[in-house]
Amino acid sequence: MSIYNIDITRRQLIKMIGQGAAASALFGTGIQSAFAASPATSAINTTGLAVTDTTVKVGILHSITGTMSISETGSVEAEKLAISQINEMGGVLGRKIEFIQEDGASDWPTFAEKAKKLLVQDKVAAVMGCWTSASRKAVLPVFEQYNGMLYYPTFYEGLEQSKNVIYTGQEATQQIIAGLDWVIKEKGAKTFYLLGSDYIWPRTSNKIARKHIVDKKGLTVVGEEYFPLGSTQFNSVINKMKLKKPDVIYAIIVGGSNVAFYKQLKAAGVDLTKQTLVTISVTEDEMQGIGGENIVGAYACMKYFQSLDNANNKAFVAAFKKMWGPDSVIGDVTQAAYLGPWLWKATVEKAGSFDIDKVAAASPDVEFKGAPEGYVRIHPNHHLWSKTRVGRARVDGQYDLIYETADLVEPDPFPKGYQ
Amino acid sequence: MGGYTIAELGSIFSMQAFAGLILFSVFVLMALGLAIIFGQMGVINMAHGEFLILGAYVTYVCSHVFSHWLPWAYPGYFIVAMLLAFVASGLLGLLVEWALVRHLYHRPLDTLLATWGLSLVLQQVFRSVFGAREVGVELPEWLMGSLSLSDTIQVQINGLFVVGLTILISVGTFLLMFRSRWGLQVRAITANRTMSGAVGINTRKVDALTFAFGCGIAGIAGSAFTMIGSTSPSAGQLYIVDTFLVVVFGGAQSLVGTIASAFTISQAQSTLEFFLSGSTAKVITLLGVIGLLMLRPQGLFVLKVRK
Repeated sequence: MSIYNIDITRRQLIKMIGQGAAASALFGTGIQSAFAASPATSAINTTGLAVTDTTVKVGILHSITGTMSISETGSVEAEKLAISQINEMGGVLGRKIEFIQEDGASDWPTFAEKAKKLLVQDKVAAVMGCWTSASRKAVLPVFEQYNGMLYYPTFYEGLEQSKNVIYTGQEATQQIIAGLDWVIKEKGAKTFYLLGSDYIWPRTSNKIARKHIVDKKGLTVVGEEYFPLGSTQFNSVINKMKLKKPDVIYAIIVGGSNVAFYKQLKAAGVDLTKQTLVTISVTEDEMQGIGGENIVGAYACMKYFQSLDNANNKAFVAAFKKMWGPDSVIGDVTQAAYLGPWLWKATVEKAGSFDIDKVAAASPDVEFKGAPEGYVRIHPNHHLWSKTRVGRARVDGQYDLIYETADLVEPDPFPKGYQ
Repeated sequence: MGGYTIAELGSIFSMQAFAGLILFSVFVLMALGLAIIFGQMGVINMAHGEFLILGAYVTYVCSHVFSHWLPWAYPGYFIVAMLLAFVASGLLGLLVEWALVRHLYHRPLDTLLATWGLSLVLQQVFRSVFGAREVGVELPEWLMGSLSLSDTIQVQINGLFVVGLTILISVGTFLLMFRSRWGLQVRAITANRTMSGAVGINTRKVDALTFAFGCGIAGIAGSAFTMIGSTSPSAGQLYIVDTFLVVVFGGAQSLVGTIASAFTISQAQSTLEFFLSGSTAKVITLLGVIGLLMLRPQGLFVLKVRK
């Protein structure tokens, strides 16, 4: 508002906008000219979100303290990178993004509380956030009640769909089925041993894997086991696997348990360059803690690897390292978190409005060609079309791309025949 | 178990026995430091897990220092790291005892709260210094892989190392407790604090050293656990539940009890894990422990103490 060259109070501002609108209605001249190229705030924000003539507020809601901070730190970094890049390009509808960061503290009720604060008090136009399914389930009713928009980055178990959430990670069938098909065809695998940490994501994922292996392919699951979160002793199950000699170990172990599992597997003389192991839970982030030498040769099935060889990804990795240090590693979820602000920007510009209802309605078929993983598009069910890839762990903590699906895989959060 | 040869079953059972032995050693290492402090001083150290992790981080730092500046000594870094872990955790223990715990000896419940707070503070310190992510601790070549005793029997080298270390530390602790002047004083104070003070034992000093020693052992344990588990700011929480279980089940004031209880729990758990699944085994083990504690609230072994 510097064109008036005076300090103005909010009341005066409202009055002026009112007069301007009246004037433009009377004389048919567009008031927009006073605000350069960007559209009038009153037109693109009809529900009182935190949008001004020059800025728009979004929330970042992850755990930066507590157990989950191990995993969520990367997501926060990616979201901040995307926001700063978008601002350099001129922001969203001419508004610079300002973020308000809240700490979920690895505690699900805290997530819900902070989500409410962001939506009710700060009136943010969108929230990039959550990591575990438990935290997403905790905030979902808040987002639905106060009509917010959440961009959720983690690959997860599916069985959910909401007007108020865009799922930028893969749901379980996208991640699992293509990988299983690959290992069955490529390795001639007949017998599988399913392992997981004991909570909803590994259990649902293994259920889908079992249905696919047994019902669709007619092959055998020789064992299926779950371990309490944080479990650090795997020698017994390693012995059991030595006895049953499965063609494929299918492991969905998370967190600190991951490190213990692969270290003990290696110590027990199981050579993953000879024993096929497929995991959907070890990204480059986790590999840092596990140590490349303990997991070298294992196959991971997800949609993104830091080593992907395309122009988008090279620029992304370079920008990420410039912002967060040369030693940073980027895993699947970090990349998916990076997509959130970009998809939101594209959707807002398509809708021509920050209003939540219009953004939600405009989301289907929004595409992002600059995605590090290649090309993504939002499906009407608010998940992303994406390719599924298989990578093989290297000793330096990176993956070599072994296989990728030819086409984008359709997201199917409520898979028929897999429940 | 149809379809398996006798030889296969034999080798699996021997490997399984070894798996139980490793678990036993891990439990003893975890619990020994806590048992010394809890048993001898009546202080429940909720920050025990963080003392473990301090040892793990010392090992992590050591591995970097050695690989950058002393590559010729790299194979031996793990031993140095364990000694430094003992010193670091011990010194921190000394500080904590002096600044925090000694003011609360007459308020056991408050020590619980104070050390729990301390554990949160330490976790955040680790997070600020080393970052929230897990760090990978590389092992020297000689600690990796396994020995093949026969075609089908493999024994983990780091498992053997942990077992050996446990024996060493247990024997060392026993000699200290039952054959040294200091141990005699500790036991005297456990039996009757006032009388010990009256006959000229410096109870303040003995308390401080006991606390530091218990924490130092936790540091060594943490250093050893980098071989089998993860190192992250909150990894201490992974061990704390099992640790308390072992100490309480064994009878708080008896080191023999701690070892016996570690043996019982580890064997039960590893056998059950083999025949059932991981989560179920844990549930059954916990139920068993709860049942036994209901019948025998004082734990497996009891030391007579004058109240």
